[in-house]
Amino acid sequence: MKSLAERPENPVVGVSVAHEHAADHATGTALYTDDLIVRHQNVLHAWPLQAPHAHARVTSLDVAPALEVPGVVRVLTAEDVPGVNDAGIKHDEPLFPSEVMFYGHAVCWVLGESLEAARLGAEAIEVQYEPLPSLITVREAIAADSFQGRQPTVSRGDVEIGLANGTHRFSGEFEFGGQEHFYLETHASLAYVDEGGQVFVQCSTQHPTETQEIVAHVLGLDNHDVTVQCLRMGGGFGGKEMQPHGFAAIAALGATLTGRPVRLRLTRNQDITLSGKRHPYLAEWDVAFDDDGRLQALRATVTSDGGWSLDLSEPVMQRTLCHIDNAYWIPHVEVNGRIVKTNKTSQTAFRGFGGPQGMLVTEDILGRCAPLLGLDPTELRARNLYVSGQSTPYGQPVRHAERLAEIWNQVHQRADVRERRRDIEEFNATHTDTRRALAVTPVKFGISFNLTAFNQAGALVHVYKDGSVLINHGGTEMGQGLHTKMRQVAATALGVPLETVRLAPTRTDKVPNTSATAASSGADLNGGAVKNACEQIRDRLAEVAARKFNIHPDDVRFVDGKVTGIGFHDRDMPFAELVHDAYFQRISLWAAGYYRTEGLHWDADRMQGEPFKYFSYGASVSEVEVDGFTGAYRMLRTDIVHDVGDSLSPLIDIGQIEGGFVQGAGWLTLEELRWDDSDGPSRGRLTTQAASTYKLPSFSEMPEEFNVHLFEKATESGVVYGSKAVGEPPLMLAFSVREALRQAAAAFGPEGHSVELASPATPEAVFWAVQDARRALADDGAKRPLASGRGRSDDGASQPPASRRDRAASSATGVSAGEAASTEATSAEARSTSAAEDSPDATAATAR
Amino acid sequence: MSEIRLTINGHERGFAGVNPHTRLLDFLRDQGLTGAKEGCAEGECGACAVLVARPDGDDRTRWTSVNACLPPAVAFDGQEVVTAEGLGTAPGPRGPGQLHPVQREMATRGGSQCGYCTPGFVCAMAAEYYRPERTPSDDTHGEKSGTEVQGEEHSAAHECGPNGFDLHSLSGNLCRCTGYRPIRDAAYALGEPEETDLLRRRQEQPAPKPSYTRIDTATTRFVRPATLDELFNHLDEAPDVRLVAGATDLGVEVNIRHVRPPLVLAVDRLDELRTLNVSDDHIEIGAALSLSEVERGLAGRVPLLDQLFPQFASRLIRNAATFGGNLGTGSPIGDSAPVLLALDTSVVLASKGKEREVPLAEYYTGYRESVRRPDEIIRALRIPLPLANHAAFYKIAKRRFDDISSVAVAIAIQIDDAASITSARIGLGGVAATPIRAREVEETLIGQPWTRETAVNAAAVMAQQGTPIDDMRASSRYRSAMLEQSLLKFWAQEQPAQAQEVSR
Repeated sequence: MKSLAERPENPVVGVSVAHEHAADHATGTALYTDDLIVRHQNVLHAWPLQAPHAHARVTSLDVAPALEVPGVVRVLTAEDVPGVNDAGIKHDEPLFPSEVMFYGHAVCWVLGESLEAARLGAEAIEVQYEPLPSLITVREAIAADSFQGRQPTVSRGDVEIGLANGTHRFSGEFEFGGQEHFYLETHASLAYVDEGGQVFVQCSTQHPTETQEIVAHVLGLDNHDVTVQCLRMGGGFGGKEMQPHGFAAIAALGATLTGRPVRLRLTRNQDITLSGKRHPYLAEWDVAFDDDGRLQALRATVTSDGGWSLDLSEPVMQRTLCHIDNAYWIPHVEVNGRIVKTNKTSQTAFRGFGGPQGMLVTEDILGRCAPLLGLDPTELRARNLYVSGQSTPYGQPVRHAERLAEIWNQVHQRADVRERRRDIEEFNATHTDTRRALAVTPVKFGISFNLTAFNQAGALVHVYKDGSVLINHGGTEMGQGLHTKMRQVAATALGVPLETVRLAPTRTDKVPNTSATAASSGADLNGGAVKNACEQIRDRLAEVAARKFNIHPDDVRFVDGKVTGIGFHDRDMPFAELVHDAYFQRISLWAAGYYRTEGLHWDADRMQGEPFKYFSYGASVSEVEVDGFTGAYRMLRTDIVHDVGDSLSPLIDIGQIEGGFVQGAGWLTLEELRWDDSDGPSRGRLTTQAASTYKLPSFSEMPEEFNVHLFEKATESGVVYGSKAVGEPPLMLAFSVREALRQAAAAFGPEGHSVELASPATPEAVFWAVQDARRALADDGAKRPLASGRGRSDDGASQPPASRRDRAASSATGVSAGEAASTEATSAEARSTSAAEDSPDATAATAR
Repeated sequence: MSEIRLTINGHERGFAGVNPHTRLLDFLRDQGLTGAKEGCAEGECGACAVLVARPDGDDRTRWTSVNACLPPAVAFDGQEVVTAEGLGTAPGPRGPGQLHPVQREMATRGGSQCGYCTPGFVCAMAAEYYRPERTPSDDTHGEKSGTEVQGEEHSAAHECGPNGFDLHSLSGNLCRCTGYRPIRDAAYALGEPEETDLLRRRQEQPAPKPSYTRIDTATTRFVRPATLDELFNHLDEAPDVRLVAGATDLGVEVNIRHVRPPLVLAVDRLDELRTLNVSDDHIEIGAALSLSEVERGLAGRVPLLDQLFPQFASRLIRNAATFGGNLGTGSPIGDSAPVLLALDTSVVLASKGKEREVPLAEYYTGYRESVRRPDEIIRALRIPLPLANHAAFYKIAKRRFDDISSVAVAIAIQIDDAASITSARIGLGGVAATPIRAREVEETLIGQPWTRETAVNAAAVMAQQGTPIDDMRASSRYRSAMLEQSLLKFWAQEQPAQAQEVSR
């Protein structure tokens, strides 16, 4: 068992087990950070003063009236910071700002005996602002040349030659929305100076080490003066990778200044208006295909909206560029990335970390171009899938590319695609006001932190004299089942039953210098470290057992809580007895484990290298039904085949796949972040800042039939017990929903109609796509040479509202020559191109 | 008097010094019952759901799931509350544990990931588990055949389990992790409560009586009057008196807008506001009955209301919210007003010793303003009988379950034997400062044959109704388009043999 991937006899990994705390969840006894306050005396509560300006200078701040409010204990301001007044790692995020950078920016924090007192205190504070000009939309920021961070380019081949040689050339734009994490548990910290004189911070954080570091630098302390514990999170999704640090620092600052525990828990409105989200993007692209629909070249500029500070925007953009190919071979590529600085929340990590945005650009291109190429979109996708021997634009060989085709074929069979396509055609032929469609999309996702140094992890494993096991590792639990998997890894490595392994909460004084639980890497990295620690102990125990059995230590076996030797059928001893013996032989029964991912290298300047340990693959088939009256839709059925290697924990992995899929579908269909980009007094305000206006998927968005299959015989060598990461990749399986909606809308129109679909594809967005398709059909019938325009200008209604501009659908100029004349919003986006007219198919489509 | 008494998870005790604005959620959490969580503070996510013992007729109790984040704790004086902690226990240092069947199904089927929403799901699911009308069906459709589902109007199939579990009972619970499939599986796997189940047996006893609570603090008061007369006596005692039944609207104001009314009067247990009478010429619905109570009490008597109920917020909200509250708050996007307008409903306004009836169509005078005088309350609604023979309700929203409408359209037309329209009432929400009747459209329809041409003509007029705005939910164009489309859809759905949703 020298290989990381090899599994011993009767492994506990691979067995379906419920989440280790499922019973505690269901009985309400699982504790989250904010549940701990009832266990403390004299807790103070924190409430922020949020500025009502998108951009303004704070010209005066009078906190005295707050101190008059009964129950207000203290107001925290910049003057109180003994260390560095900064909440981030880039030193561009003042914890207490003198310049308000976004609507709702917290200027100072009030501590009260009750939340009510703190809230009243915040309302009493007198602040004067000098409003400054603000940038809200991506386009405003581009126009103002407001960029931040690096502007990397990933390239291969010669994109000019590739574009010139392609026989079908299209260009277009696509602007799409971000996503609020909406973890059910909002940001929460509880800080106090503990009985040992340390600053102790209970925090809902995916990155306890960095929370510790930021708290320390704000307080002017060393890292060893601060301990951060994360019991569990009520969801993270990337939103608690960087964002908790400042809130933890506020609580810790309050605790050190008052000597009392300070609790900071954001309300939902505060959480949505204060914390960062998935980046919205604007993509401008040129693409060329050959006569068979094979991608020849892609040139693009993708611009993300980073918000007011850099946060993780640079690595997010790197991952976008490293995933713009999704699962497709593109010989000539040149993609530029840039990040605008706007007066919005500082956008951050969110499941997929920029990867989904890159992949969405290409899936959108394929979905729009397929009708213009005269190809079925599924066929177009299939023709372009990577095959063995090819490599990504950044130079990494696509290992196991053959799995893409296998998965593709499997999901077709499992979903009964051929027969259902016939059913759909029949349905559509017999229904006037409803259309169904089915789409198939692939996923290829690179696993590892792009930044090589983060690919390391530690663990601490104790075996007690009675044979019970306690493990600690650097990863955090946010519902993804990491702790469950780690217990299974430890039980497997030590050959003991799962029940004998307990896991202790994640804290920085147990395992130091950890990486964030992010990038889907939690199980790979921490699993490697836990396994390493367990194996150190097991090897020592093997020596003890070998002496007892009079065999070579390599021949000792640990299975199901018993210790025996190769070929022994009649002799074994309980694990606990061996442990007991080992103690009396003065053998150490605990170990610190360590793991680093081998074989990575990445040159961020050249955007070349092999940043990923491996790729995760998957494909999904989704069928939707669209109501032509309203644009409302239903998700009828989704089938998924996904590659998680040899699953460590199948119930957990299927949960991640289903949950990721639905979350992705939410991003692409329902979830809409609308910012006030008018020139009114609430410019910059997020108008969807509550559960009543920002709609998450509910039961009504779950596919009515939902089948997930784990790709079989999928051992991933070089990863703990042959498994693969699962956290992020399934989110992108939801592209099939968006593409099915596009195709259903197209089914209201004539053959070859290319549908542009806004993202998110809300019922309203789908309705307009349906109206476009119907109009195209009517125009087709009338044999008019050119489409006169699109629904937005045609039906006698006013211009699209200004507030929709930053999320308006894009336009591919290959699609409709009439476009440019249509509306303000779309004409601003339309760009002329000549290549499209060279394509007979495109010309035909233009002349619909 | 400032003490309240509550029975929480079977233990009764008194609590002194509870502020009238302390929500039930915070009150429970302060007792160490931290299973119920705050996820949104506006009754949208259900992480705070608990069970309350509510009357089910005079001699039975019904375990009713409600959001704890909205109502004040003092409103539960004398009542019985069960939280996730009270349903069952997990194994641990304190013992082997005993999970409630709902908890067991959720835990073993992967129904929880991060677990934060789980206690709320468990409570909502438990209420449905104990629902007396829940009966298993032989019907197994919907389990494995998404493609058989025919569309919105035929959608009920997969939303009801083989065990009779109504998935809409969970429409007010959000989960961000699982994608819901395992939660649905858990719900549909539930059997019948055992005969010995204490909560089941509790349902066979009468519900706790209301306590006539009176809490005074320096800045605010909460009073639950025992009689209507007592209520009227309090009405002018403070400048901003707020009546509260389910607190599903006031609770949001308290939480989000930091509203702190000086006097809150609880009306939800006053008998005069809890009538439900069907006579020959009208139906009277008490203003303080919960929507769930009305739904059960009418038992399908008003089909248009049956279209409304599943689309009105969520079960958690409907278990507390009332028609009186929805009309009283006067929001132009409230979902009940369009339907009630189409039903030609009148509002019964009561003041001390007097009552008057005002047609709902004449009730609103402006944005959240009405003809109701400060000394009046909405006591009941009256829906005239007979009902129109063709009716439909269309709620246009982003999400099918539990969303606020962008536009709501209710249509009720009477078609005579000659297929001619003899009366028409159309109520609209979301297109003006108040809910409105689409009078012009009605006039276009009345006297016309019910044909596609009539529908198309009326739809064109419909598109011009109101003055819809652009906001975060929809554009004004979409709203206007939806007005038009709703009539076209109504016509299409009225065509029995049309090539629409017919099983193949």
